[in-house]
Amino acid sequence: MILDSKIPEGNLAEKWDKHKFNVKLVNPANKRKYDIIVVGTGLAGASAAATFGELGYNVKAFCFQDSPRRAHSIAAQGGINAAKNYQNDGDSIFRLFYDTIKGGDYRAREANVYRLAQVSVDIIDQCVAQGVPFAREYGGLLANRSFGGAQVSRTFYARGQTGQQLLLGAYSALNRQIAYGKVKMYPRTEMLDLVMVDGKARGIVVRNLITGKIESHSAHAVVLATGGYGNVFFLSTNAMGSNATAAWRAHKKGALFANPCYTQIHPTCIPVSGGYQSKLTLMSESLRNDGRVWVPKTVELAQRLRKGEITVNDIKEEDRDYYLERKYPAFGNLVPRDVASRNAKLVCDEGRGVGGSGLAVYLDFADAIKREGQPAIAAKYGNLFEMYAKITDENPYERPMRIYPAVHYTMGGLWVDYNLMTNIPGLYATGECNFSDHGANRLGASALMQGLADGYFVIPYTIGDYLAKTPYDKVGTDHPAFKEAEAAVIAKNNQLLGINGTRTVDDFHKALGQIMWDYCGMARNAEGLRFAKQEIRKLRDEFWRDVKVVGVNEELNITLEKANRVADFLELGELMVDDALHRNESCGGHFREEYQTPENEALRDDENFAYVAAWEFTGVGNDPVLHKEELQFENVKLTQRSYK
Amino acid sequence: MDLTLKVWRQKDKDAAGSMVTYPVKGISPDMSFLEMLDVLNEDILRRGEDPIAFDHDCREGICGMCSLFINGRAHGPERGTTTCQLHMRHFNDGDTITIEPWRAAAFPVHKDLVVDRSAFDRIQQAGGYVSVNTGGVPDANAIPIPKSIADKAFDAATCIQCGACVAACKNASAMLFVSAKVSQLAMLPQGKAERKTRAENMVAQMDIEGFGACTNIGSCAAECPVGISLENIAMLRREYISATATSENLA
Repeated sequence: MILDSKIPEGNLAEKWDKHKFNVKLVNPANKRKYDIIVVGTGLAGASAAATFGELGYNVKAFCFQDSPRRAHSIAAQGGINAAKNYQNDGDSIFRLFYDTIKGGDYRAREANVYRLAQVSVDIIDQCVAQGVPFAREYGGLLANRSFGGAQVSRTFYARGQTGQQLLLGAYSALNRQIAYGKVKMYPRTEMLDLVMVDGKARGIVVRNLITGKIESHSAHAVVLATGGYGNVFFLSTNAMGSNATAAWRAHKKGALFANPCYTQIHPTCIPVSGGYQSKLTLMSESLRNDGRVWVPKTVELAQRLRKGEITVNDIKEEDRDYYLERKYPAFGNLVPRDVASRNAKLVCDEGRGVGGSGLAVYLDFADAIKREGQPAIAAKYGNLFEMYAKITDENPYERPMRIYPAVHYTMGGLWVDYNLMTNIPGLYATGECNFSDHGANRLGASALMQGLADGYFVIPYTIGDYLAKTPYDKVGTDHPAFKEAEAAVIAKNNQLLGINGTRTVDDFHKALGQIMWDYCGMARNAEGLRFAKQEIRKLRDEFWRDVKVVGVNEELNITLEKANRVADFLELGELMVDDALHRNESCGGHFREEYQTPENEALRDDENFAYVAAWEFTGVGNDPVLHKEELQFENVKLTQRSYK
Repeated sequence: MDLTLKVWRQKDKDAAGSMVTYPVKGISPDMSFLEMLDVLNEDILRRGEDPIAFDHDCREGICGMCSLFINGRAHGPERGTTTCQLHMRHFNDGDTITIEPWRAAAFPVHKDLVVDRSAFDRIQQAGGYVSVNTGGVPDANAIPIPKSIADKAFDAATCIQCGACVAACKNASAMLFVSAKVSQLAMLPQGKAERKTRAENMVAQMDIEGFGACTNIGSCAAECPVGISLENIAMLRREYISATATSENLA
């Protein structure tokens, strides 16, 4: 299989404009003859479904939540980047492109990232026109802040709830099309298989989560906007329902899965407090603008602290190790996410971690409060301090916060070309569900940008190019391909319901998460990864022998829903391990202990690994086949990232 | 902590439901309320019984999916808190806790504690938007909006559509929910063109869905986990009266 990324010819700045001119158009009167399925209604899905409807296509949109507005985009806090240069501080499309490529540790496609930076400016205009209440200055113009170590202020925000406000904008646009009858919405409906006819994506099989009914839906194209797969780790900042099932089942039907080992571990999350913990809560990265990260200098002090013999305020200034400031004097506490996370792990591995478990570091605001006064700090971070106090029952104004890294975002995803189409004709992937724009590490405030770029401004153009070449003929859901897929879904559900074993689904999910976190988390090595692969296989075998799923299919059955998702995580986890094991370099979120500089920084191997690893499914338990898409860098020079 | 839970169990929308008592033991005060239910559900499951169905997703207090009427209060005893952010340290060892679904005719029960809130989506579809297509919009800074107005619109826009206002209201009215969207868009210049039809159509849909009338008690705002203010209802009334007085609704 040859991977054709379909990147247009010409110089970087002209590619997208030329491409938009070259793609085929569907006559306005003919758009109503085409049906499009959109799975997922977060930023990428809701924006695409609404825009397709506006253009005149017939759209069916699906989400597993009770309303499209609940998709996990809603939880994004920090903001959305755009190269508006409203602050006149030297930002430009090229600078946003450059920062994103470099931040991704040179493992993303130049052409895609440049297009992302180009359309970023349109996103802000669109959202404002929808009535999204972004933060404003007293003069009434939009406010910006610098975010994630960027040297310009290009982040637009709506307090700490930017994702919520952007999603409500997309949801309102979607509602308008639902009211017009151009979009038919199916909430509480989960995609369980992709249906292909003559090698093309022609529909999906879904389960109605209330009645259990298995149904088919046919269309001319299918768009997956189903988010990331961070919940493989069980504990993550993702929502409880976030899952990889739609993408994974498309993968099993032939869609390649790219760079699955690139996961982002966010440095500032509230630490795990017990085995009952169901999810981890992110504290916005903006806290590192004023908070200082430290642990005790010695293991002995850390031990006494953990035993409760001393409290944090007993530790003298000279006994504190502000390790980020010590190791990275230029960036200090503001180093990128991957660097901050890895260093927290290092000090905890040394035995200097704090909190009951020893898996936490301090984020201390004492100096900032002394310098600026408590009211100033409360004005900046009040809601975050409140959230922290609510969860931990500790007052962060009086004692430092305890934080620890947690799984947050997955840069890998379904392989797509420049048109956001997977290698299966008619199957598209947008937003976090695809792999395309963030390389090996995503910068802060870039996820919202990508989701809306894909949905509002990229796929509405590129899908027309495919549809214009597709006959109007519809495929009925009585076609044998649909019946076959339905039968497979029903058989799988029956199999899960029939095992009647002894271990719960959550039990298996937690066990998988522990393996992934220990061996395929912040630091990986070949030996550990090989071990993890065996452990995952054993666990998967046990799952299919001993999982306990109660009830029947024909009802609201929360255990069956979870069992399907975890069954897929147990396969995807192994692919993540395979990918991590094959990539003999360190880059961004993928840190292989064997490949590091003498100062413990990630050491890339551009000679041998400047490619996208796209994996082909060959059966459960069989080794997947690797396809490489070489990355060409014509506009940036590859350098070692340094934050010293 | 050891607790006694009394939980509403109902097989499906047509079945009769009842309160079922479950003892739970060894609950940590650091658990969230939903994690406590997770622990109970794992026990129920190991016994081979059907776990309690409840809605939840982000567990960060923002998605609005979680609900639960706890000891007679929407989202439980803590003010300004969704059920997922409610921690067990606010209860005492030996407590009996009753857990019910939202109770409103417009929110029929799907199963156990899971209710159907699609009426809210239909109200939004009736007018909770600005009619702009993607593309062809002015530059984001073309229309300055005073910060005080933008901030007020933001406050209204933070509604998480959870339904606590309806559950808390003795009339099961959806006025606070509807007013939050109407006033957000009425305040912003982008929303002004459609303010009259929006107010009329959203209120009309609210009535069609079977929500009760508002009698200005204010329990909705008191129980709202994100602090949507009662002022929004005042603004909705003004919008609605002015809209119907000079109606543009030709339909």
